[in-house]
Amino acid sequence: MSDQPQRARDAAATAMAPGGPRPGVRIERARDTRGTLRRLGGYFSPFRAQLLFVSGCVVGYTLLGLLGPYLMGRAIDRYVGGHDASGLARTALWMLAAYLSSNLLQLVANWVMASVSQRALSDLRSRLFGHLQRLSMAFFDQRPAGELMSRLTSDIDAVNQAVSQNITSLLASVLSMVGIVVAMFVLDHWLALAAVLVVPLMLWFTRFVAVYTRRGFRELQKELGQLNAVMEEGLSGLRIVKIFRRTDAVVERFDRHNQSVYESSVYANSYALLLMPLTAVLGNLFVIVLAGLGGYLALAGLVSVGVIATFINYGQNFINPLRQLSNLYNTVQAALAGAERVFEVLDEDVEVDATGSAARRRFRGHVRFEHVDFGYTPGSTTIADMSLEAKPGELVALVGPTGAGKTTIVNLLTRFYELRSGSILIDGTDLRGLPKAALRRELGIVLQDTFLFSDSVLENIRYGRLDATDEEVMEAARLAEADPFIRLLPHGYQTRLAERGSNLSQGQRQLLAIARTILADPAILILDEATSSVDTRTEARIQKALLGLMKGRTSFVIAHRLSTIREATQILVIKDGAIIERGTHDQLLGQHGFYEHLYRSQFRGVAS
Amino acid sequence: MKPYRGLSLVALLLLATLVVFDLAIPRLVQRIIDEGIGKRDRALVIHTSLLMLAVSALSTLIAIGNNVTSVRVGEGVARDLRRALFLKMQSFSYGNLDRAQTGQLLVRLTSDVNAVKGLVQISLRIGTRAPLMMLGSLALMVSTSRDLALSLLPLLLVTSALIVFFVLKTEPLFRKVQLKLDALNGVLQENIAGARLVKSLVRAEREIERFGVANSELTDRSIAVSKFSSTMMPALTSCINIGTVVVIWAGGLQTIHGRLTLGQIVAFANYLLSTMTPLVLMTMLSNMWAAGFASLRRVEEVLSTEPEIRDRPDAKQLPAASRVDVRFDDVWFAYGENGEPADAEVSEAVLQGIAFAAQPGQMLAILGATGVGKSTLVNLIPRLYEVTRGAVLVQGLDVRDVTQASLLDRVAIVPQEALLFAGTVRENLAYGKPHATDAELEAAARAAQAHDFISQLPEQYGARVAPRGSNFSGGQRQRLCIARALVLEASILILDDSTSAVDIETEGKIQDALRARAGAGTLFVVAQRISSVLRADRILVLEHGRIVAQGTHAELLQSSPIYREIYDSQLGAGVPA
Repeated sequence: MSDQPQRARDAAATAMAPGGPRPGVRIERARDTRGTLRRLGGYFSPFRAQLLFVSGCVVGYTLLGLLGPYLMGRAIDRYVGGHDASGLARTALWMLAAYLSSNLLQLVANWVMASVSQRALSDLRSRLFGHLQRLSMAFFDQRPAGELMSRLTSDIDAVNQAVSQNITSLLASVLSMVGIVVAMFVLDHWLALAAVLVVPLMLWFTRFVAVYTRRGFRELQKELGQLNAVMEEGLSGLRIVKIFRRTDAVVERFDRHNQSVYESSVYANSYALLLMPLTAVLGNLFVIVLAGLGGYLALAGLVSVGVIATFINYGQNFINPLRQLSNLYNTVQAALAGAERVFEVLDEDVEVDATGSAARRRFRGHVRFEHVDFGYTPGSTTIADMSLEAKPGELVALVGPTGAGKTTIVNLLTRFYELRSGSILIDGTDLRGLPKAALRRELGIVLQDTFLFSDSVLENIRYGRLDATDEEVMEAARLAEADPFIRLLPHGYQTRLAERGSNLSQGQRQLLAIARTILADPAILILDEATSSVDTRTEARIQKALLGLMKGRTSFVIAHRLSTIREATQILVIKDGAIIERGTHDQLLGQHGFYEHLYRSQFRGVAS
Repeated sequence: MKPYRGLSLVALLLLATLVVFDLAIPRLVQRIIDEGIGKRDRALVIHTSLLMLAVSALSTLIAIGNNVTSVRVGEGVARDLRRALFLKMQSFSYGNLDRAQTGQLLVRLTSDVNAVKGLVQISLRIGTRAPLMMLGSLALMVSTSRDLALSLLPLLLVTSALIVFFVLKTEPLFRKVQLKLDALNGVLQENIAGARLVKSLVRAEREIERFGVANSELTDRSIAVSKFSSTMMPALTSCINIGTVVVIWAGGLQTIHGRLTLGQIVAFANYLLSTMTPLVLMTMLSNMWAAGFASLRRVEEVLSTEPEIRDRPDAKQLPAASRVDVRFDDVWFAYGENGEPADAEVSEAVLQGIAFAAQPGQMLAILGATGVGKSTLVNLIPRLYEVTRGAVLVQGLDVRDVTQASLLDRVAIVPQEALLFAGTVRENLAYGKPHATDAELEAAARAAQAHDFISQLPEQYGARVAPRGSNFSGGQRQRLCIARALVLEASILILDDSTSAVDIETEGKIQDALRARAGAGTLFVVAQRISSVLRADRILVLEHGRIVAQGTHAELLQSSPIYREIYDSQLGAGVPA
């Protein structure tokens, strides 16, 4: 869906339902309006000079815009009434000049503002993205990627909507209203008084309608949420609905909610749209009061026809900003609420890190866990008093039931999470004394779910070491046994991968990830169920590549298929956050413990 | 739309009346100025003012009437359209669903329906009112002073040209911005999804650089578009302003020569405003129109899609029986394009000549790598897909000759994706049989090895299930889904790779319980894992859409090299005796 119809719809909705909240858009309020506003303002401070210039332009064009109707009145009274054709021409030219320069100034202000607001937003986006890079893994784990994504994009867009369209018009509306009131009082204070009296009436109407509208839309929002949930479930679960033959029940539920949405929507929109005829009526009232009272006063010789014409013109210019203001209010509130959430992300604490050089240092790969305690949430314990040691070049296998804490061990080694107590040492250095960048450069991780970028195969492998030459990339692919299939792709190494590499099979993605890791050449290797989602014959192929990769590196392997880990120098059996057995395959089988039980259960069917 | 024809007509009639009233106001102002002030007639001023008040009050009522009717029409159309779409989607078969994404269907139901609603509402309100106002004002301008109106003609043409220019030019510009925005969001999305990778390879700097490039491209584009679209308003107001000056100047000259009255000039200026303002409004609405029509087309596309599988007019009920046999007779299947029946001869057919028979009470396993058509094969049994050639027979009857409802009564299937609904555990288990007793639910949960972990939940069977079951682990979800299918007590049970996240030991317990419980029921198990199929009475090994071997585990180990290879790759050599 393009963004542009949405913008247009918003604009049109603004035109259709002045003062009313946009249908289907939640009316949000920022919790700390002033604080958020100040912070948002901070992003505009580098553009102080431009903003000052824009303000000048806005004042200029508003005042010049007010000059037009005044000159019109003068032309009518003095020259048309006085039959002075040359005076009329002069005034008309002045009018033209005033109008055109007003429009020109408006154009200039808009242009400058467009560039300022987009640049400020660009800064905000950059800062947000930069900050995101420094947040801990825990932050990403706690939030579903989709939710985080939609928040970041739609929130920034809400700010964008308000900033790019409304700041200048807000200023201009207020200014022109003040200017008109002043001008009217200067021209004729009785007429001005009568005109201004219409304003509180209008405000009262607006508030009256707004109360009902807001109530209606709140109700509608609730109903819509429920209907959406019903529809979402009815669609994503459609296959289940079908095989369980629940279509009638689903449709019945849908009908109920659909009808409720209809009713609350009719209610809410009927009130919201009330504002338009009412403001139109007030606009008319303005004209009627001015024409009627003006006519009366004119008969008494107190006021001229030209002044009446000027007033009527002013009146129309006065009502429009008033209509816009309440609309602007909603957009600005939504923007502030969006900005607040963006700032929330910016306020997230960044990962703690040791200072020091992040430059690459070669590890030997001697890993030690000493009495490590850890839990993801305060109060829960995932790892309790765990100690283990892996000597350089060793292959350590971690086995155990799901949820036993195998992956947590990896998360601690990579310092995606912080220990509660105890310590982890690499080559005798405590991880906490090591910059994360330096640590992670030496860790190669291959996960069950391989992540690839929508870029060429070549670049995806090169991601392991950015300065690698094409030849080095291809060599890594050869070592990973990925070269044969890559050459069969439509454009070989230049083939662009679809989003997340979805045009490759699981096994192929896994081989690319291995090639990437080979290129990175880490001292320590971590394979977290790296092959569990490929079928077993493919796995056998990948296994060869993996064994090549493990040579000469300290490796940690997590797997639920026992066949893959028989080569391990030591097998750690993890259960409930603790190591309950350790040893080689043969030793563990001899212990007749949990490992043996796990191992035998694979063959139960054969044995019986 | 049809049921709303009457109401729409009322709305449009009210609208037309409204326009007439609105146009009357400047005329009446003109009367006050010319005949009231000009001829010093106080009574006329008062009368006319009161008349204007009355007109204005009446037009408010009419406007409210128009709003109420148009809202009802719009919302009614939206409601009916949603219902029609939802019903149509519910009738879709698996083949239809494969081609449409859930997200897309949801967009049809929400945004697209809203856009159509918007289309209806503008048509009944501002969209019709604006051009009517414009035409009316134009006519009144001409009748007030033909000469003055003629002198404004070039300006009107320029304005119209400007509007056309802006409307045509804006859309492609915005599309370019959208492309840049998509690119930026792409970087952001990949960065979030790949956060672990970015961190472990220490690539933050490179990511920031990538984002920076996308960000500055977007910013440049946005500034350009912003400048362009912010030019529109000043340009159009200039036109209106020039028009006002022309009216005052040319009109003033005519007044000096006595050909026009002062009131006529003021009225003329007013009409000018009500001619131009709708024009500007319509440029904004034009995008909404376009979006509305585009959505309407998409909605119609969904509504005209035919469900691939429907009961034949003469379809019979499948007779009730507890012992059910299933037979595949030379079954071919290929996924068709756009719902067209596929050509079974092509080598891409997913299933090629599958033939086997499953006796009542048997456990039949289907083994093979991902993508060889295992799921497709079992989905043919309850006729979730239509065979391309050959036939699937249940109880000796072709599945195409019986009603799908009676077929689904006999067949329970646990799909690969373990999807639960928001609600309680109990509601989820009883999904296919809302009136099942607690004892039935518990028995099913026990067989599926789910009872133990359910009992450990604080609220046990009353525990909340988050949307899609996200508060349960993969293995737990799978077991709940198995239990949900067991509650149906169908005579054929199909497990489509439904224990992949369950550990081997538990999987064994589930299979034992199913066999003990199902009694005479027939059990189909689709799997990649050898351990899942060891207990089967017969294993079909599927490769490239064909059955390449079948038999028991022991037989296949002897006779089938492929089976042997799969076995070795999973369990390795040196099987303990």
